[in-house]
Formats: sequence, structure tokens, C-alpha cells
Amino acid sequence: MPTEAAELVFDEATKVYPGRDGAAVDHLSLTVPAGEICVLVGPSGGGKTTALKLVNRLIPLTSGYIRIDGRQIGDYDVTELRRSIGYVIQQVGLFPHMTIEGNIGTVPRLLGWDRKRIRARVSELLELVGLDPDADRRRFPAELSGGQRQRVGLARALAANPALMLMDEPFGAIDPIVRSRLQDEFLRLQGELRKTVVFVTHDVDEAIKVGDRIAILREGGRLAQYDTPQRILEHPVDDFVADFVGRDRALKALSLRTLGDLDLAPAGGDGDGMPSLSADSSLRDALALLVAERSDALLVVGADGSPVGVATREDLLG
Amino acid sequence: MTGIRLAGGGPVIPNFGHGNACLVDNHWFCTSWARNHWGDILQPALVQHIELTLVAVGIGFGISFVLALCGFRYRLVDAPLASCTDFLYMIPSIAAFELLVPVTGLTVTTIEIPLVAYTLFILYRNIVVGLNGVSTEVLESARGMGLTRLQIFLRVELPLAAPAILAGLRIATVSTISIATVGAFLIHDGLGAPIFDALDQPDIFRTELLAAGGLTILLALTADALLALVQRAVTPWSRLR
Repeated sequence: MPTEAAELVFDEATKVYPGRDGAAVDHLSLTVPAGEICVLVGPSGGGKTTALKLVNRLIPLTSGYIRIDGRQIGDYDVTELRRSIGYVIQQVGLFPHMTIEGNIGTVPRLLGWDRKRIRARVSELLELVGLDPDADRRRFPAELSGGQRQRVGLARALAANPALMLMDEPFGAIDPIVRSRLQDEFLRLQGELRKTVVFVTHDVDEAIKVGDRIAILREGGRLAQYDTPQRILEHPVDDFVADFVGRDRALKALSLRTLGDLDLAPAGGDGDGMPSLSADSSLRDALALLVAERSDALLVVGADGSPVGVATREDLLG
Repeated sequence: MTGIRLAGGGPVIPNFGHGNACLVDNHWFCTSWARNHWGDILQPALVQHIELTLVAVGIGFGISFVLALCGFRYRLVDAPLASCTDFLYMIPSIAAFELLVPVTGLTVTTIEIPLVAYTLFILYRNIVVGLNGVSTEVLESARGMGLTRLQIFLRVELPLAAPAILAGLRIATVSTISIATVGAFLIHDGLGAPIFDALDQPDIFRTELLAAGGLTILLALTADALLALVQRAVTPWSRLR
């Protein structure tokens, strides 16, 4: 398998558990372009986790195909397939009897890397996920906080530079503040690494924040809509999707764009007295400011505080 | 038994030695006797006792491990196997020794068989519990990362079961050291031998009883402490939680 990001294709992928009525995943077809994050989201019973585990064959397909860079997953040796895919789960599943170094080095050891190369890779990854390469490598998982453990889980999944990452509610068990920070760091990492990622969550806001594309699955494992966050929020295909993304979907859509994305009227002398906000703020924050300040327009400023332009309420609401 | 008093002087009864005042009056502990008979009675008995224990726990561990693997791999046989080890443990030791005499004669084997049987009860359970105690998320991530079934067993399940297995070994060793003394009722071997000799004396020879009994306790404490050290060294992570 390539180490460059790989394209992932679900082609009529179906899973039916024996002895159970209906499918868990029902003729799922979608393509995740190389280097993009696809978020699987939906109510419980929607088969998101099942769909994810079909990819690394923790759950065998009943029918249909899944292809990684054009090659069917069934054609790979199963251990080779799994070693070439990064896998992160909600409870992290770090090995409690191994140090952080031992945990992160698991797949490289299985692949027969020499010790020097593993040690260097562990240092590199600890730095990448914001842990201390010297102090933390000898610690055991029980000595870390939940957020730190999740970072180690991410580093462990990245260890052998996989082309594809599977992440099953990776930030689900973490408190909201740390979760938000981990999401930001994950997106920053993804900006550098450009992996193909399948990311399962039940949290719509997380899906909108993290996903390049979102696949909404409904009960019975049927795909309701597969689109960019923007299009899902602005054009939900049916009532199920509209309900699922929430009544505040218009507001959520605003959070996807920043003031810098707008065509701004030049800031004239009348900018004085207007509330001001930096250009990288979201339209949602800008609207909140206008409401709070009972103002009709605000001054958009650059990173250095100099005025960039003026945005009116009408501009924000497009 | 009662009422017999030893005249001062001559060596009348084995293990009793030449009478000094301490021995003649059968005081609680006569250091001189213990020192004089360390080489010919106490030390050989101690060495025999260690051998009895090592052989019993070693064979018991081997059998338990194989049985536990079956019970762990095939859940259906776990309950029957556990019941068998329960049943063996219920047989009174002295009865087990007596029952075996017609089969294995008055040999050390007669002592070893029940000793091995008793360790199964403790070891089987601890090994199975330890192996089953590995959390599902750890197993799932191991599988998802591409470890084979054998690699998961050797690198994940077995090391994580080590604290439970070593705890079982500690209990089994200490209880074997204790039960092994009873075997000397039939076969003159181990620290039980001087204990029974002392009990056979008129008025009970207190020094020999206390010396052999004390050595048994000391041996048990030492074995327990050694295994505790091994446990700490092998599983440094287990004290963190």
C-alpha cells in the first residue's frame, strides 16, 4: 500500500449481521478523495462504526466492495492491511503495560524497523502531537491525562506513516475544552500531513468543524447525504438531514466562513464607533457581535489591527 | 504419654539429645539443641521442604497453564475445568495422602500428587481471570493495528495477565509450603518430619516443634517476599493505577 494519501472508495458496501433483521450498513457508496477528511455522522444504529471497521476488516463485508487506491481490501493480507492503516478509537486502547515509546513503536516493530529508526520516529511523533519527547516517552499510559493519552493514540496510529487513518470517535471521551483544542491540533496536523481520514462522530458540530466532506447515515445504515459541510447545512436533501443538523443550521453555516471571505466595502471615515473584529473571525461570531452591540455594521481589521473594510448585517447574511 | 519424666543425662529418645537443664525440663526453646541439630535434622528437612514445594508448584503451574489456555480459548470448558479443580481442593489433605499410599506407596510422589492438585485450584483461576481481564478496547486496538492472534496473546494478553498470575503463584506457593508439612504424617520428608517427631515425644518436644514450625513460617514468608519482588520487577506498570 502507498504511504502517500490514498483514495478510499465504498462501492455498494453492505453488512448484514447474521440473525439480525435489516442491514447495519446498506449499499453504501461514496468516494473519499485522497488527502481529505470524511466524517461519518448519524444517529446510533446508523452503522457509522460498522462502516469504519469494514475498511480494516475488523468486520467482514457481506457484499459490495471497498477499495483503497483502486485495490480491493480483500486482496490485501489482513495483517498487512491493518498495519498500513492508522487506527484510533474512543477509549484509545493504549497498552497499559508498555511505555509511551513502546506503544507508539508497536507497528514499526511489527514491520521490522530497527531500534534507532523507531526511537527517532517516536521522538518526531511526540513532538508533532505536542508531548515531550524526552520526559514522556518513558511514562506509562496510566501516568497521562485523558487528553495526553488521546494524543499518544494519534501518534501511535501515525507511527508507520499510513496512507489512510480510521478514527472512531477519537475525541468522544474528552471534556469539551480539551476536545476543542485537540480538534484544532488535529486539523493543524492534517494541514501538514494530508492523510485520507475516515472520522466517525455522533456530534454534528464536530463533523462540521473537522470534515472536508460529511456522510450522514440514517438508521439501517443508509446514506442520507454525502456533501461538503457548507452544502449539507445550506441544502439538506430531506427532513431527516435538516432535523439532524439542527434548526440552527443557518447559524452553523455562518461558522464555516470568515469575514475575510466576504467582499468588504472599503473602510471610510465612518468606521469610528463601530465594533471591530479580526478578518479571521467566523461570520457567526461577527453576527453575535452585531447582536450584542446592537449595531448594523462592524469594522473588519487585519492581524495588525489596521482596518480592512466594513461588513454590514446584510453582508453577513448574504 | 503423660507422666513420663526423663531422668537427667543419657540420650533416651532420638532428636532429644543429651539432656541439659533446658532439654530435661522441656523449655519452650533450647538454642543449644537447635544449633547442634541444624546440620543433621533441620537443614536437611528445610532443603527437602523447598524441593517438595518447588516441584509441586512447578508441575502445578505447568498443568494449570495448559488447562487455563483451554479454558480461556474455549469458554465452554472453563466452568467444568474450574469445577474439577474445586473438587480436588475439597479433598482433605490427610485423606488424599492415605488414599494414594496403595497406589504410589510410601514415596515422595504420594505427597507431591495432592500438593500439585491443590495448586491447580488457585493457579487455574488466577491465570484464566488474568487473561480474561484484558479490556476489549485494548484487544480491539491490538487487532486493528495488525497484531496476529499469537502476537496479541504473547505481547498483550499474557503480559497484562502477569499480575494476576504472579499473585496466584504467591498464594499457591505459601499454601503448598504449609500443606506439605502434613505429608510427613505418612512419609518422613520435609519440615513436617521434625514436627511430627516432636509431637510423638512424651509431653511434646517443644524446641523441635518450634524450630521446625518456625522454619516453615520463615520459608513461607521468604518465598512470599521473593515473589512479591519478582512481581514488582516484572510489572512496574501495575502499581500505577
